[in-house]
Amino acid sequence: MQRTVLLAIALAAGIGAVTAAPVNYKLPDEVAAFKPGPNLEIVQANCGACHSADYIHTQPPMKDKKGFWQAEVTKMIKVYGAPIEDADVGKIVDYLAATY
Amino acid sequence: MFDRRDLLKGAGLAAMAATLNSTKALALDTVTLPFANGERPLVRYPQKRPMIGLTSRPPQLETPFAVYNDGPITPNNAFFVRYHLSDLPYNLDPDKFTLEVKGKVDKPLKLSLKDIRKMKATEIVAVNQCSGNSRGFSEPRVAGGQLANGAMGCARWRGVPLKTVLDMAGVQAGAKQVTFGGMDGPVSEKTPDFVKALDLDHAANGEVMLAYGMNGEDLPFLNGFPLRLVVPGYYGTYWLKHLNEITVIDNVYDGFWMKSAYRIPDTPNNAIEPGTAPKATIPINRFTIRSFITSVGDGAKLKAGGTTLRGIAFDGGKGIKEVAVSTDGGKTWTNARLGKDLGKYAFREWTLPVKLAAGSYELKVRATGNGGETQPDTPRWNPAGYLRNVVETVRVSVA
Repeated sequence: MQRTVLLAIALAAGIGAVTAAPVNYKLPDEVAAFKPGPNLEIVQANCGACHSADYIHTQPPMKDKKGFWQAEVTKMIKVYGAPIEDADVGKIVDYLAATY
Repeated sequence: MFDRRDLLKGAGLAAMAATLNSTKALALDTVTLPFANGERPLVRYPQKRPMIGLTSRPPQLETPFAVYNDGPITPNNAFFVRYHLSDLPYNLDPDKFTLEVKGKVDKPLKLSLKDIRKMKATEIVAVNQCSGNSRGFSEPRVAGGQLANGAMGCARWRGVPLKTVLDMAGVQAGAKQVTFGGMDGPVSEKTPDFVKALDLDHAANGEVMLAYGMNGEDLPFLNGFPLRLVVPGYYGTYWLKHLNEITVIDNVYDGFWMKSAYRIPDTPNNAIEPGTAPKATIPINRFTIRSFITSVGDGAKLKAGGTTLRGIAFDGGKGIKEVAVSTDGGKTWTNARLGKDLGKYAFREWTLPVKLAAGSYELKVRATGNGGETQPDTPRWNPAGYLRNVVETVRVSVA
């Protein structure tokens, strides 16, 4: 995490590495953003810690939005170990179902 | 590795990074893939030509389909990119890179890139295809990376057989599987690291390769520089990138990425009734046989008269026996001429001259492999949207 954050700062400030030997691969800026919606900050802090917003907004339009997003959030917690507080789970699902 | 405070701090830094950014116009344009919610930015990354952007962190890039009409070898700068976890080794130093071989071996090894490049090299032309390739066409739709048909590519890989390295290390009696780990990893240590396993006899079959070269160059960073696993005929999930850890084990690996993810229904055609759940599953393995028309896209307008249709076909390693094309929606079929045989794991080009009078046409293409496997008329379905190989249809109007 720390390495990623430092890299993000270096990228943002346009600082290149001094040595030539390491790869120093630079990703382009992350432009995908979460759409405005209820509890946006909670979503940014939790979902955005591990992946970009486009992971969410490229998902297919489903009939049962709430069921779909509930299952996805549960998967992120149970399978991928996302440290989401219990109180935030419902808020995140509501945002996703209302916004995507 | 992080707690909630770090998460919030991270989000704040991401926001700051966004404000400080001086690079503009990442998205060159947009493309719309042919399924609902298929709009994607066309993005430019170092070492890559403009690619279809699926996700930015971790980076996932799809090959624009027109590239496949340029020939059976997919250029490195157009080759698709798929990562699972966001902590990539952006700053890895190839001079300090070490491949570790350990576990149930007599002599554990630590090999530098130079050590590996000094060994006798082999080459193989082989398709790499993401398990999720074409998932966006799954109906009913399923969660996951919503790709069209551009998460596949064919390259000439250069490296050393995994068997050579396993023999050097001396696999001990009782060994069952070999697991593979790469330098990319999760952001949170609670997320299972990406590790895959192959049965020992598969890993040591002489074809599975540790590749450092791709189409005569080093691997591009996003395709696994400096070393990746090449598992001919098998889905890309096994082709570990930034490979630095090989472990021989005497049991069947039961980590998340083998035991829970990348599973297909254990049914005769690995499909189930759409919208249902499978009773039993097995790890995804060999490619299903596929073929595509690459010279004309869906909805194209053609001039009446003669034209040559062309495309590609591939399968899980038997090789392509024949490719048939229909211009009347599947009523009648004509065998196409196959192009140069680059090996049983490669894209096989095909061409067929046709004469089309004014009207509307449904063009279809169907490959048959040397093992007799062919493509179904209706798509198979499974909950992860894997294995798509339905006969593809391209609708054109001729005037």
